[in-house]
Amino acid sequence: MPMSYFIGLSVVMFAMGILGVLLRRNPLVVFMSLELMFNSANLLFVAFSAYHQVLDGQLFVFFVMTTAAAEVAVGLALIVAVFKAKRTIDLDQMSSLKG
Amino acid sequence: MSLGLIFMYSALALVVVVSGIGLITSRNAIYAALFLVLNFITVALLYIVLGAPFIALAQVTVYAGSIMVLFLFVIMLLGAEQLPIAEPLRGQRVLGILLAAAFLAEMVLFVLLRGAPTVAGQAVSPEFSTPTTIGMLLFERYLLPFEMTAGVLLAATVGAIFMTRQPRPDRKGALPAVPEEGKE
Repeated sequence: MPMSYFIGLSVVMFAMGILGVLLRRNPLVVFMSLELMFNSANLLFVAFSAYHQVLDGQLFVFFVMTTAAAEVAVGLALIVAVFKAKRTIDLDQMSSLKG
Repeated sequence: MSLGLIFMYSALALVVVVSGIGLITSRNAIYAALFLVLNFITVALLYIVLGAPFIALAQVTVYAGSIMVLFLFVIMLLGAEQLPIAEPLRGQRVLGILLAAAFLAEMVLFVLLRGAPTVAGQAVSPEFSTPTTIGMLLFERYLLPFEMTAGVLLAATVGAIFMTRQPRPDRKGALPAVPEEGKE
């Protein structure tokens, strides 16, 4: 399969992730869009790993996965903490630091 | 390339794109999470095609399994599956779509000018990425990053617990109320 297939798919996935982050106001959906962007980068890592026949790309995907797991745990804890304090998680309401 | 192969690849790409669009357009956050699970599993199939079975299984268990369970749990905990439609910031929607289109155009232009390699995965041998070879690489060359990842996970666990714990009740308020004497 031509490499451009994987590059194109990864780019489209990343663009969808950008759209989700910029357009949605539910922070949980924003987080899921972030995961989509991680996923597109991982796909490109694995594709180039197979292309160059070098295993290191797959190891990077492994590390990205663990870091993403940590990030999700902390991020969801932050969302829960914000919900406890403000009783809402709408992103537009989180403007306490605005001048 | 055979016609069946082309058909399979197009079907996988179609599922990936449609589930992504479903993720960013569905009103209900639960549906968005389920679309994301579909997306992850389809990408795991692509990993298997690319000769990375270990990564594919890790994707299914870590991403589609535990991370999405965490997401669904928080959605249910907060009751946040449907937020009221708020007035978006002025021009946010247009600007967001413009920026995403700019990114897309930039990447397409880059690939066109730079030229992508034409062949991917020229017959990956089965011994290329068995769990054994990945484990050898992980515990030899990448031992230090592996240990640091363990530290990151531990720090994230402690941080998550710290941020969501109940505030410790005041010392005085924590004392059990003394039962009043002579009260029947």
